[in-house]
Amino acid sequence: MKPNVYIYILVMAGVTYLIRMLPLVLFKKEITSSYVKSFLYYVPYACLAAMTFPAILTATAGGIISGAAGLIVALIAAYREKSLLTVALFACAAVFVVERIMGFLM
Amino acid sequence: MNKSAFQKGLKDGIPIGLGYFAVSFTFGIMAIQAGLSALQAVLISLTNLTSAGQFAGIGIIAASGSLWEMALTQLVINLRYCLMSFSLSQKLEKGVSNGHRLTVAFGVTDEIFGVSASQEGRISPWYNYGVMCVAIPGWTLGTLAGAVSGNLLPDFMVSALSVAIYGMFLAVIIPPAKKNRAVLGVVIGAMAVSTLFATVPVLNKVSTGFVIIITTVLVAGIAAYFCPIEEKGEAD
Repeated sequence: MKPNVYIYILVMAGVTYLIRMLPLVLFKKEITSSYVKSFLYYVPYACLAAMTFPAILTATAGGIISGAAGLIVALIAAYREKSLLTVALFACAAVFVVERIMGFLM
Repeated sequence: MNKSAFQKGLKDGIPIGLGYFAVSFTFGIMAIQAGLSALQAVLISLTNLTSAGQFAGIGIIAASGSLWEMALTQLVINLRYCLMSFSLSQKLEKGVSNGHRLTVAFGVTDEIFGVSASQEGRISPWYNYGVMCVAIPGWTLGTLAGAVSGNLLPDFMVSALSVAIYGMFLAVIIPPAKKNRAVLGVVIGAMAVSTLFATVPVLNKVSTGFVIIITTVLVAGIAAYFCPIEEKGEAD
């Protein structure tokens, strides 16, 4: 059976709040385990990378070609250390241009 | 209340609030595409205040995933906030009550943590409240604007905007990967593992949330074992 959308939202919000709240309220000491610190340090990179690729290739209406254009342009802009918004806008613009060209060719 | 800390927070919160508005605008559009109502999209933003977790969350709702999958996915994606809260816990003024700690906790995001960690010395919870007073409306109203206008925007605009979130993720992970080979390895490794899950028969039956969980725990776990971070400098 499909759970109610509001139950999903409650679970999302509850888990997210607990993660933020428990260390602030319960642990007023520093973490000492080097393994745990290193693991927590690498988590965001692994997680965001896994969410981005290959999902970006199938995110657009134009399919893999416009998705790949967005990916390549975003990689270049990110490599040049542009701000979050700039990188995002460049990626959108690349998809827009490539989908216009594809529409023109077909 | 500490008025000067609160005002400083409001001021530092303005660029964050503007950035949040733009990001959550695309979240609003995608939530509607995933079959949610505008009210549900806004409620998610107001109660979660996080980008990656929310985007993964609407994917799980759209795919009718289990509540366990939802809880575990949020736990893994948002685990970084746990690290930030540990750090913030040391950074707050001595003797800050649990009431303040419970409230500050709600606003632990990458950006809000970033500005509070960059303040000199210990901070007043009122500084965080100032930032939250700008950032939370930015995030919530951006979602509302996206959810309402998503239906009005032409399809080609929606298609182009759908890569915005991935662009932002890349803007977060690529600069550190340039400077730190271990982070580069983690990024490439995680992309490779998630590609295996997307393409290999049987593995491609595993749902989105679990792919993120398995990939993250596996790759970060291996990296932490082989490349433990230095005690100083690198961790921030």
